[in-house]
Amino acid sequence: MAEKTKDILFGPIFDNNPIALQILGICSALAVTSNLSTTLTMCIALTVVVAFSNFFVSCIRNSIPSSIRIIVQMTIIASLVIVVDQFLKAYAYSISKQLSVFVGLIITNCIVMGRAEAFAMKNPPIPSFLDGVGNGLGYSVILLGLGFIRELLGAGSLFGQQILTKAADGGWFVTNGMMLLPPSAFFLIGLFIWAIRVWKPEQVEEDTFKMKPHTRVSDAF
Amino acid sequence: MSANKESVGKTLLVAFLVCVVCGVVVATAAVSLRPVQSKNQLLDKRMNILQAAGLYQPGVDVNTVFKSIERRFVDIDTGEYVEMPESYDQRKAAKDPQRSERLSGKEDIAGIKSQAKVAEVFLARGDDGELSRIILPVHGYGLWSTLYGFLALEPDANTVSGLGFYEHGETPGLGGEVDNPKWKALWEGKKLYGEQGEVEIQVVKGSVDSKTPNAEHKVDGLAGATLTSNGVSNLLRFWVGENGFGPYLKRMQNGEAVVQQEGDA
Repeated sequence: MAEKTKDILFGPIFDNNPIALQILGICSALAVTSNLSTTLTMCIALTVVVAFSNFFVSCIRNSIPSSIRIIVQMTIIASLVIVVDQFLKAYAYSISKQLSVFVGLIITNCIVMGRAEAFAMKNPPIPSFLDGVGNGLGYSVILLGLGFIRELLGAGSLFGQQILTKAADGGWFVTNGMMLLPPSAFFLIGLFIWAIRVWKPEQVEEDTFKMKPHTRVSDAF
Repeated sequence: MSANKESVGKTLLVAFLVCVVCGVVVATAAVSLRPVQSKNQLLDKRMNILQAAGLYQPGVDVNTVFKSIERRFVDIDTGEYVEMPESYDQRKAAKDPQRSERLSGKEDIAGIKSQAKVAEVFLARGDDGELSRIILPVHGYGLWSTLYGFLALEPDANTVSGLGFYEHGETPGLGGEVDNPKWKALWEGKKLYGEQGEVEIQVVKGSVDSKTPNAEHKVDGLAGATLTSNGVSNLLRFWVGENGFGPYLKRMQNGEAVVQQEGDA
């Protein structure tokens, strides 16, 4: 059992990462990672939502009629997101202003829905909760990595603290403006996926088809 | 139990119960957190005003410093002070046809479409009670978004002492550099009006130094963000111009508004 708990909690970090292996939740990964403080807030918000939505869905999983199960899950998720959003507005107003619509969009984050449908509907509450925390951590690992690289290279700072002196302020560090724009997150996620798959080759997907070698040289012309 | 959970009655019951429970949870959170939220919202706005006025230092208590700042309301057309309830929200009023004026395409250089008839202004006073800053809320369209900010003026109602934006969605690293302290520092000491009282302030392309003609009215544009720079230029020209705070600032320059102000106090 202990082994299994560890699996549920830490599996999603590298072995079954929601972003790097399942390629879910990319939208917010692009949008909120241009600096670390918004990234961290988003990670905490998502982890809380996915853990508790898993927990509550799992609590009532035996009474949810299958015909309305998706909308019931959505209602629970949406309520949790609104509560989290209200808390952010109350206690972290300036960060919630930067995150703006993306907290609300946790509702449509495929990771949350996916875990509720795939795990919480079939498992008891405590493992479901841990599964939610695990997936939240998996999401957070990738996002914090992105946020770290993007803020450091794009603005020369971490958590808003200047680490490298910018050339514009008389230092040596020339900022990379692209890092502050969403497309850079695509490249970085791609590099992360590559790195993880080099480290864990079992995640590499099999080719869906094999190219045949040329039978005659003239085919190439 | 699980045998009949697919029945119509059970389905409706589950849907109803889920809605009730979730509704109660959401409503409780929203209602119980509202006071904290509005407190923080106010604090955020006050901090932006202080930053624009150059009165903010990290670590000071915003509400204490803000005690020296007075909020007044100004009729945009006449430039006179008017009384408004404490809860007046200029942004909401700008959208209400009853309390706002539509701007025609030619007038509307800031791209804001309609404008509240009554605007708020903030007056900062020194320890001796003398007026030290006039802080005006300004907003207008940049490249992607409406920029909201505050323009702080010296008591002569002509010299800029600071400009800061607290809400915008311009490109980070390009137009987003309106938040750059170095750029904001360029505004200090610039004059809004020329000799004849016409609006002269503008953001120009290329650098501005002491040799540039009319350097006191010109601010260096942001590199790589021409449209945001133009937006800032236009919104300032609008708000200090005839359709914006122009009449009010004229009064301040002539000392009229100040006299009335002291009478009230």
